[in-house]
Amino acid sequence: MDVYSFFIQLLNGLQYGLLLFLVASGLTLIFGIMGIINLAHGSFYMIGAYMAFSLSTLTGSLFVAIIVGIVLSVVLGVALEWALFSHLYKRDHLEQVLLTYGLILVFEELRSLIVGNDVHGVAVPAIFNWSVPLTETLSYPVYRLFMSAVCVVLAVLLYLLMAKTRIGMMIRAGSSNREMVQSLGLNINLVYRLVFALGVALAAFAGMLAAPVSSVYPGMGTGVLIICFVVVVIGGIGSIWGALVASLLIGLADTFGKVLIPQAAGVTVYVLMAAILLWRPEGLFRRI
Amino acid sequence: MIHAPERQDRRKAIALAAALLLLALFPFAGAAFYTELVTKVMILAIFALSLDVLVGYTGLVSFGHAAYYGVGAYALGLLAPPYEAANLWLTLPVAVGAAALAALFVGAFVVRVKGIYFIMVTLAFAQMFYFVFHDTRFGRGSDGISMNFKPVAAIGGFTPFDLANAVHVYYFVFAALVLVFVFLRVLLRSPFGRALQGIRSNEHRMRSLGYPVYWYKLASFTVAGALAGLAGYLSALQFGFVNPELLSWHQSGNVLLMLILGGVGSLYGAVAGAFAFVALQELFSSLTTHWQLLLGGTIILLVIFLPGGLASIAGRFKRTLVGEPDDE
Repeated sequence: MDVYSFFIQLLNGLQYGLLLFLVASGLTLIFGIMGIINLAHGSFYMIGAYMAFSLSTLTGSLFVAIIVGIVLSVVLGVALEWALFSHLYKRDHLEQVLLTYGLILVFEELRSLIVGNDVHGVAVPAIFNWSVPLTETLSYPVYRLFMSAVCVVLAVLLYLLMAKTRIGMMIRAGSSNREMVQSLGLNINLVYRLVFALGVALAAFAGMLAAPVSSVYPGMGTGVLIICFVVVVIGGIGSIWGALVASLLIGLADTFGKVLIPQAAGVTVYVLMAAILLWRPEGLFRRI
Repeated sequence: MIHAPERQDRRKAIALAAALLLLALFPFAGAAFYTELVTKVMILAIFALSLDVLVGYTGLVSFGHAAYYGVGAYALGLLAPPYEAANLWLTLPVAVGAAALAALFVGAFVVRVKGIYFIMVTLAFAQMFYFVFHDTRFGRGSDGISMNFKPVAAIGGFTPFDLANAVHVYYFVFAALVLVFVFLRVLLRSPFGRALQGIRSNEHRMRSLGYPVYWYKLASFTVAGALAGLAGYLSALQFGFVNPELLSWHQSGNVLLMLILGGVGSLYGAVAGAFAFVALQELFSSLTTHWQLLLGGTIILLVIFLPGGLASIAGRFKRTLVGEPDDE
């Protein structure tokens, strides 16, 4: 591997890792703060991608589609928290697994009813539809750079939200002691609703952003969900910082795994997870 | 009220005898389609029983149990020679052993973690097995393996039954189900089984009593994996082909659903849950091709309005009717 293809793979790995972070951060927040294991989190990514496809065909612009999609996914998040997830806070993990498993089945069938089972492509927006030349033969697509940049901005915003704002303070307080927050007169249910909607919107946004690169296909949610579980296990449940480090680690391991040992592609990330489990069963980082 | 437990025991014994008799006579009454359907259900019942060891008796919610089911099934698929029949008595122990080894390997990692971690990690490892069979030449890809011959049950020159005959397969699976049930009954009432239940209710206490909790959990995981492998083997035997979908996470989700339907932590419940699940599946798929929508909706409603599963309906009904206290 020469320097340029190494560089390209490095960029790909970072971009994949950053995208995973958007999905995994919501998953880890929802668990860390609300104590809920959400199997349907991958479905939000899938829903996002399908919204990007449907809305961009409808409106003709991916950016309009993304803005409308974010609004819709926040509405979806609030509605789901109100109707279903608010019943789960005091239930055991088995029941949480079942309800969210049922939700996956519902989302997958609705997807098949509304959009069908075909694979669809989403066009890259015209202004990003060019490549940065690296050598005479190699170049790097600008849209991927744009994706990475957006993810970095979002990661920074998420950090500022959690560390510097009043809402972030309430979220962190709610994660460590629900009863105490409530008795201090803060509306913890509102905090939960916000966190859940944020998680849904982040996952759906990741799906919309990825749609032009990955195309849109049934089952795309499952793949992302399981990789995000690996991310959360490696990073430590409830830790956003851990989710970021683990996402990048997984993104790089997966990308370079595919290049260096193509026979074992797909297994690399699980080997990494097994190693981390032996070394640190609680994950690399604990808590927010 | 002094006689209540005795009366309950007698009622249970009568119900059990009736169920056994019904299953034993079923192939004489039902059409071939139903014989095969009930065979499939009994295989799923073995699968659900194996998971109940983990979920119901050790308190470990595994979301990746299909991996061992798949390993057992693939063992037959890979061992079956293309131009002749495999021998049942050779391939069955190898399949169960392979599933046990796979579970021992994964278990060594996963029983180190608890709760939500355990759910995620078992799912992730199951997905790794799925990839191995789906994406490598070893598992022959997404089409899986189709077997040209059913295994034969020959011991030397003597063949006690014919596995190409659906009724014989039915009775073979029925015998396996009864054996697994009795085995688990004995195992879970042994000191080993009591220790597992102790771990389920209070792991710290068991540890401070000096129990090597890690090894007990690992043993439980391995036994559950081996029995799941048996169920997978039987499924491959019945249908004559294996594909990666046997290891998919839907399979893991469905078997958990069977346990919930029947009630977790009861061997009868696991068997009843398998029957209830297939009945629901048949009912919904006869109504619409999008039956997973109905199934998913039912699961959601069940969790929200009926914590404790279908098994709790009978208890609630009895309580409101007779006013008996809940003794479970």
